[in-house]
Amino acid sequence: MAAGTLPQRRVHPVRSFLVGEEPMTTGLWGIIFFIFSEIMFFAGLIAAMLALHSDTLFWEPTNGGHRVEGDHVLPILFTILLVSTSIPMQFAAFAIRKGNRRAMLINMAIVLVVGTAFIINQYFEWSHADFGISDGPYAATFYTLTGFHGAHVIGGLLFIFAQWLRGLLGHFDAKRNTAIEAATLYWHFVGFVWLLVIFPLVFFLS
Amino acid sequence: MATLAGAQTTPYAGANAWRVILEWLTTVDHKKIGIMYLWTAGAFGLVGMAFSLVMRTELAQTGTIISAETYNSIFTMHGSVMIFLFLLPIGAAFMNYSMPLQIGALDMAFPRINALSFWIFLFGGVLLTLSFAVEGGTASAGWTAYPPITLDSGNNAEPPGAGMDMWLVGVILLGQASIFGSINFLVTIFKMRAPGMTMWRLPLFTWTTLVTGLLILLSTPVLAAALVLGFIDRNGAMGAFFDPSNGGQPLLWQNLFWFYSHPAVYIMILPAMGIVSDVFGVFTRRPVFGYRSMVLALVAIGLLGFIVWAHHMFTTGGVFLPFFMGATFLIAVPTGVKMFNWIATMWRGSNIFPTAMLFSVGFLMLFLIGGITGVFHAAVPVDFALHDTYFVVGHFHYTMSIAATFGFLAGCYYWFPKMFGKFMNEGLGKLHFWLLFIGVNLVFFTQLLLGLDGMPRRINDYADNPGWELMNMLITIGAFVSAAGMMVFLYNVFYSLKWGERAGSDPWEGTTLEWATTSPPPAHNFDSLPEVRSERPLFDLRFGERLQDDPHYHVNGNGHGNGSRQGAGGVKTPAASAREEG
Ligand SMILES: [Cu+2]
Repeated sequence: MAAGTLPQRRVHPVRSFLVGEEPMTTGLWGIIFFIFSEIMFFAGLIAAMLALHSDTLFWEPTNGGHRVEGDHVLPILFTILLVSTSIPMQFAAFAIRKGNRRAMLINMAIVLVVGTAFIINQYFEWSHADFGISDGPYAATFYTLTGFHGAHVIGGLLFIFAQWLRGLLGHFDAKRNTAIEAATLYWHFVGFVWLLVIFPLVFFLS
Repeated sequence: MATLAGAQTTPYAGANAWRVILEWLTTVDHKKIGIMYLWTAGAFGLVGMAFSLVMRTELAQTGTIISAETYNSIFTMHGSVMIFLFLLPIGAAFMNYSMPLQIGALDMAFPRINALSFWIFLFGGVLLTLSFAVEGGTASAGWTAYPPITLDSGNNAEPPGAGMDMWLVGVILLGQASIFGSINFLVTIFKMRAPGMTMWRLPLFTWTTLVTGLLILLSTPVLAAALVLGFIDRNGAMGAFFDPSNGGQPLLWQNLFWFYSHPAVYIMILPAMGIVSDVFGVFTRRPVFGYRSMVLALVAIGLLGFIVWAHHMFTTGGVFLPFFMGATFLIAVPTGVKMFNWIATMWRGSNIFPTAMLFSVGFLMLFLIGGITGVFHAAVPVDFALHDTYFVVGHFHYTMSIAATFGFLAGCYYWFPKMFGKFMNEGLGKLHFWLLFIGVNLVFFTQLLLGLDGMPRRINDYADNPGWELMNMLITIGAFVSAAGMMVFLYNVFYSLKWGERAGSDPWEGTTLEWATTSPPPAHNFDSLPEVRSERPLFDLRFGERLQDDPHYHVNGNGHGNGSRQGAGGVKTPAASAREEG
């Protein structure tokens, strides 16, 4: 057979082939893989913290300041608040699956308000701390971990806010709602990485 | 063929240059993005090669031409540019260009994010390059950037300047580009395959893209964490992470860094292995031996890659030696399986040796030397003796640098006709191969010997020990011979783009789907697709009818209950029928 020729039997018409008809869209796959990469990023930071912690007897700010402890009302309250916003976020996803855009918008508004409150509380947490980022491994990990988590909360809030505006403009229905599902998954990640990992380690490790 | 002739004229023929440029700048087409990666990575590769020639000129004889500071900067940027701006993105170039074609997809799953990856990569690369212009110059702590010499805290007498920060931020950006790219590869492979393209029918290059994607996705964020901590350490934390003078641990950086950078070796070499596998599958004119064992070996290499990082830290005293030694030895097993399969594919094959195949065979030889010297290093006592000598330099260049480059060059010669519709010149290609093959062996084998003789790496001058000057001179000659080879290649690229022989849609009689469309493919990749009933759909299309009644014929690696044997034989093609009638 001469180079460049090929039997011209071509069977399948070319469509946008997505494998199967299951509800998992490419967008949802994408956000799941993205969350995996985020998990590894936080795993790197946490591993650094644990390595530093295991090697020091003095897990305190080195300037004579005081550790930020978690067993006070505000940190526990805002931890509970942040994680419980997973519920309205999930309700928002449920609502738009049924085509109820109004319920979706209300639930997302709750998430936006409480999430913003969490960030404001983090700001006060930082401004009340009596040590700086250069005051030893404890201080540096405290600011780094709460800071990166806060940045992820802000990123999540901005994404949810953008989808909320789209919802106001009439986007999303029972069939087209991948962005809402993706925002929901990401928001669960942001909440649970705080509840299960960062909050206990940063605020209670001694 | 009418379709082929049509594809030779580009869709924007006659449009003015600005429109063409704008079209490339705004493109979300995976093929154009792949080609942009190829040009950019190639250009950075030449820059990295120029750095190596500077180093080799300095080391050709004892005595110094350039200062130690300049030398530090040059070898740091040689490593950084070659790894982050040449080897990683050139893998991404082929994965972008070929993988969607191989699985019969119209484009990537997220074309716009794909374009974003490329532009982030380019921005990171520019940032690294610009660090030459800032006060204090570039980063100069090696591409591994071990603290505390990267920091400006504690007892560091000569802290690096802004170039170090630009390096850290630049590599974070390059990592982010890789992560976005890997998400795209993975979702594309999982969701965008053509009908009939099951996982066990993926071409081997697509399999390597999948495993590479997973490695990027799970290891690069850990590097990002290390780089972020390094940046904070230099800008505020005063070494609280990595400088003992403020409570930090230098070894922490090494652990985080190598947790990425060992898998990174596979991120560079696996796509090259995939290219070589596909090339063998075409130019031996037989299926790649042991398709499934190839895939399983690939997955095993990927998994083991995550538990061996500390073999780079044997001499630090902070490592549990037996575990990391044993795990590293284990990697020789799946690697050996792959070597065996490639050789077995050639065994009694109807081998032909166009340049792509030559480079693939060259890959095997170089990778064999690199792999064996890697097993030397896995042994703790040997590693203690050879650590930080030129033996290490020779070893890792043989594997991740030059073997990978040979694989990617094979990819260039193999897919060039698909990308540009023209063959690369075979005569120049063979000259390129022999110059490069002789040159790099002169460089890196001599480096192995020099390392055994105890010459330390990362120095700009050396004692006049017996034989060292001779060996260094040989290395320098080899480096310039290699560079001459690459100049031949560069000339060949431009020569072939302009005067190359026209290639049809399937110039090599390929086996995978990218050869089922025109060269270059239309923007939507395929007008129609052949049936996919094995991992070699085009082979089935060509020979299915003829082999239908052959009791000895079976589709390689596809025997499990999906009716592939019967199916592959059952594809009735008009051309095949015509052959029988005629
Ligand atoms: Cu390694």
